[in-house]
Amino acid sequence: MTSSERRSEHCPAAAAQAPGIAVEHLTVGYNGRPAVVDVSLELSSGSICALVGMNGAGKSTLFKALMGFLKPSTGSIRIAGCGLRQAQREQMVAYVPQSEQVDWDFPIRVWDVVMMGRYGAMGPLRWSSGEDRRLVRRALERVDLWTLRDRQIGALSGGQRKRAFLARALAQGARVLLLDEPFSGVDISTERLIIDLLIELRDQGATVLLATHDLESIPSFCDRVVLINRTVLAYGDTSEVFTQANLLRTFSAASPTAQHS
Amino acid sequence: MDALLAPLLQPMTMVFMQRALAVGAVVAVVCAVLSCFMTLKGWALMGDAVSHAVLPGVVIAYALGLPFALGAFVFGVGSVGLIGAIKQYTRVKEDTVIGLVFTGFFALGLVLISKVRSSVDLSHILFGNLLGITDADLLQTVLISLACLALLLVLRRDLLLFCFDPSHARSIGLNTGALHYLLLTLVSLTAVAGLQTVGIILVVAMLVTPGATAYLLTDRFDRMTALAVLSAVSSTVLGIYASYWLDASTAGCIVVVQTLQFLLVMVLAPRHGLLARRRLS
Repeated sequence: MTSSERRSEHCPAAAAQAPGIAVEHLTVGYNGRPAVVDVSLELSSGSICALVGMNGAGKSTLFKALMGFLKPSTGSIRIAGCGLRQAQREQMVAYVPQSEQVDWDFPIRVWDVVMMGRYGAMGPLRWSSGEDRRLVRRALERVDLWTLRDRQIGALSGGQRKRAFLARALAQGARVLLLDEPFSGVDISTERLIIDLLIELRDQGATVLLATHDLESIPSFCDRVVLINRTVLAYGDTSEVFTQANLLRTFSAASPTAQHS
Repeated sequence: MDALLAPLLQPMTMVFMQRALAVGAVVAVVCAVLSCFMTLKGWALMGDAVSHAVLPGVVIAYALGLPFALGAFVFGVGSVGLIGAIKQYTRVKEDTVIGLVFTGFFALGLVLISKVRSSVDLSHILFGNLLGITDADLLQTVLISLACLALLLVLRRDLLLFCFDPSHARSIGLNTGALHYLLLTLVSLTAVAGLQTVGIILVVAMLVTPGATAYLLTDRFDRMTALAVLSAVSSTVLGIYASYWLDASTAGCIVVVQTLQFLLVMVLAPRHGLLARRRLS
């Protein structure tokens, strides 16, 4: 039994049917200034949802709230029917960061990064078991990085770097994936690989939420779309919501930060 | 042969040199391990701040006859809490707040030392007193160092993950807030240990330089830790010898040797050194 299991009760059995991500009337911001207001979303298991909005529209804020870095001033977040911290302790949530947030000079190998996906399932000393190593290997093979496993992470190309972090999420085996700009700075073949992988995970029941500026690729693999500008402008099936008129509304509205400064 | 070894062995016949070398080496090990996290996290300024801010705590602890680790802990963590609070509730920028708080704490410490005329010798705290360390200080320093070292080794993977990717640490259920304060606590305690060897003014060198030197030599964290330890211990030993033969400041000698090591590595390191970089570009 790991320490993370001891700290928390297990989620109710009904959690399997609960939506992967359920956000209700969420208002959250910095130092009492709300950055996103009254956001409600329900993403079912086995779906891919794109989060689209201008810079400063609140995408990062929403992600930070979903990661538990910001405390909501009102509203709630449930992951697979559980509270956020509990879901995190039970390895239900994986996060793939933006490339800009990573220190690529860090003295760490590709293998070590992917192994970090297993830390939550290990004992307090983080000693890897044969099972951990097997899962890491499988994840590395799935994203075609097995032969590069001993490289320092900064020695990878832009697309390979993304794949390394995706492999970490795979090794973690989470049911909910949060990806921040997964396609920025990657070549077309890596984009294809990432999309195929996300589709595969969705078909296995994962809930995927990705913030993206790559509008062209959205209709090809996203089931749902959320358009935001401080609050949800439109949310629903891609075919209904991802329209010219809605996008115009999302990207032409007065800049949300400008209103407040 | 004897003529060659005599300069090395002769000081070792003196008890105060044996003690200085032993304590210096123990402190160097814990400082070196911590310095790897400090350089990777980008916390050099924070380390400087915390190491100075512990001064009033150390003085009060001395005056009350309490373990100085306790005073250092209270004021080290307290200074960080104060920095965070001022940053959050005012518009003043973080580096300004850090500079302001640690000098304020340090100044308070100076005032306290000058008023509390006890066994506390100002120059020993400011510049270290390795060659004349008392039994009580020696015992405390070794105990603090070993405790910090044990914690660092047990939690090194969690701390490494915290430095590398706090978002992921959070998403797998780790308590990143607790890790943040744990690391700061370790800085406070290690600063008190380092205070004995190089004094409070230069202790930040022990908390930064070995890690920076090792960082230029390898791309693996475990090797980086080992190299930092090697660098810190060797410069402490060389510095103590140099101080003995030159009759110069021990703290100064140790840190000068450490800095020379860094400069040497900066130029000559096989892959990340200046010469290697020039060859590659």
